[in-house]
Amino acid sequence: MNASHPYPDIWRRFSPRQAIVRTLWMLGVVFIAVWSLGNLDITWIYFLDAHIQAADLLTRMFPPEWGHTGRIIAPMMETIHIATLGTVVTFVIAIPLAFLSARNTTPNWITWFIGRFILVSSRSINTIVWALIFVAIFGPGAMAGIWAIAFRSIGFMGKLIAEAIEEVDEGTVEAIEATGASRLKVLLVGVMPQVLPVIFGTTMYRWDINIRESTVLGFVGAGGIGIELYSSINLFRWPEVSVMVFAILLVVILSEFVSATARQKIT
Amino acid sequence: MTPPAASDATRGAASARTTWSRPPIFFTTPAARYAFWFLIAAYLFWSSSTLNIDWVRTAQGLPRAGDMLARMVPPDFSRSGLLIRGVVESVQMAFAASFIGMILAIPLGLAAASNLAPRPVYLAARSLIVLSRTFHEVFIAIFFVKIVGFGPLAGLLTLIVASVSFISKMIAEDIENMNMGQIEAIRATGASFPKLLLYAVQPQVLPRYLGVCIYRLDANIRHSTVVGIVGAGGIGATLSASFKRYDYDFSLAILLTIIALVFIGEIFSTWLRSRLR
Repeated sequence: MNASHPYPDIWRRFSPRQAIVRTLWMLGVVFIAVWSLGNLDITWIYFLDAHIQAADLLTRMFPPEWGHTGRIIAPMMETIHIATLGTVVTFVIAIPLAFLSARNTTPNWITWFIGRFILVSSRSINTIVWALIFVAIFGPGAMAGIWAIAFRSIGFMGKLIAEAIEEVDEGTVEAIEATGASRLKVLLVGVMPQVLPVIFGTTMYRWDINIRESTVLGFVGAGGIGIELYSSINLFRWPEVSVMVFAILLVVILSEFVSATARQKIT
Repeated sequence: MTPPAASDATRGAASARTTWSRPPIFFTTPAARYAFWFLIAAYLFWSSSTLNIDWVRTAQGLPRAGDMLARMVPPDFSRSGLLIRGVVESVQMAFAASFIGMILAIPLGLAAASNLAPRPVYLAARSLIVLSRTFHEVFIAIFFVKIVGFGPLAGLLTLIVASVSFISKMIAEDIENMNMGQIEAIRATGASFPKLLLYAVQPQVLPRYLGVCIYRLDANIRHSTVVGIVGAGGIGATLSASFKRYDYDFSLAILLTIIALVFIGEIFSTWLRSRLR
């Protein structure tokens, strides 16, 4: 450093203090990761021949037994129905719940708290865990799957719709209130049209996720293609498994495409 | 949303009538709207008639739910050793998988960015991401259980695959949206490709990359609690076993612990991401 230019000769992005803090953060993250990995009860010897096992699995899965296609159409349809009906049930329950959980439309803080509580607990429990519960209630089958899908989706959709309601343009709402409209009318005419695109958008988005989720519901007995898949895997019928893998790939990608197109049209 | 021309037209019509009706948003003709609702009704009828639902068994559902709830309360925390071991294993799987995932995602994310990677590399990376994102975590877990056997290793590999595909997709999108001016500026200095990544790409992408990783940690904690259902380690196996043995008070204890864990994870991730900004 000399008087003619008061800058350091070598450019550094961070001050020494910043650099130390960043290094400490990085070390902390590495430490936690190493500690976690070290404490897991893993027999690393199994990991050594994993690539051989994987190759073995692939050779068993190939060639796919295409004759099995006819038998998986019905379970595949059931999977799609479970996802769709589950989304319909969610649609019906989530909208009133969203109005209950949005700060600007909820009647008082107790209802707000109840709404938020339902949304949080719905989201905290995974669809498959919900499926375990509903299989115990309704017995194995599509009914348990539909309710499992619905109970997980309520929290997701309710939260997003409630956020949209809270961001609604207050001017419109005030204008409707000024006409002397009832509370219900204010919600229907002032708030609803503003959040309708969000409602339909999140419904389509969640439907797409639900298709993916409903493919595995069968593992716990809640209907759909998962039941067939799990039994084929347990019976080591790998050529059948690969047909189902292709079918799931096809359906999921197709549903993603449909959902994306619909959302593009809505917004 | 409504084009101005349409609202003008309705205003003209409204002045003739005494009552105003809201102009339609999605379906401009009543016929389209009725057709839409008719199709929905037809679908509902068709799908619920083809599903093989045992209605007798379903009707028993409500009393059964009441019975189950009665047996769930109060939750039984007496086997806390088993519970804690499962939860700690889940959390360790989530931490380790997030860390390994966030490192492996960097090369894949770079390869999947159309403005940096050559076309064939881009296509290969994108199809890999699409392929692994298509399948549900539990679905991938089954295959890993078949390959490496029961236990946390299968769960760890599952969560790594899910994390890599998620984080690399986000990185790729971020790189594609970044400011190309900085790239050109660094390129103009004659910098090599690694230098370009370090000085032009990394500063622009890093904050959001870290945010995505923290979000993924949160998601991994959620998923680590369920991969055990198919034998891939963590608390899921204990939960599934307790349901099979009608041990509902223990199930509720596990469920409450999972909810608490997910809740803490969410708060932690929100706090960390707010610090990042």
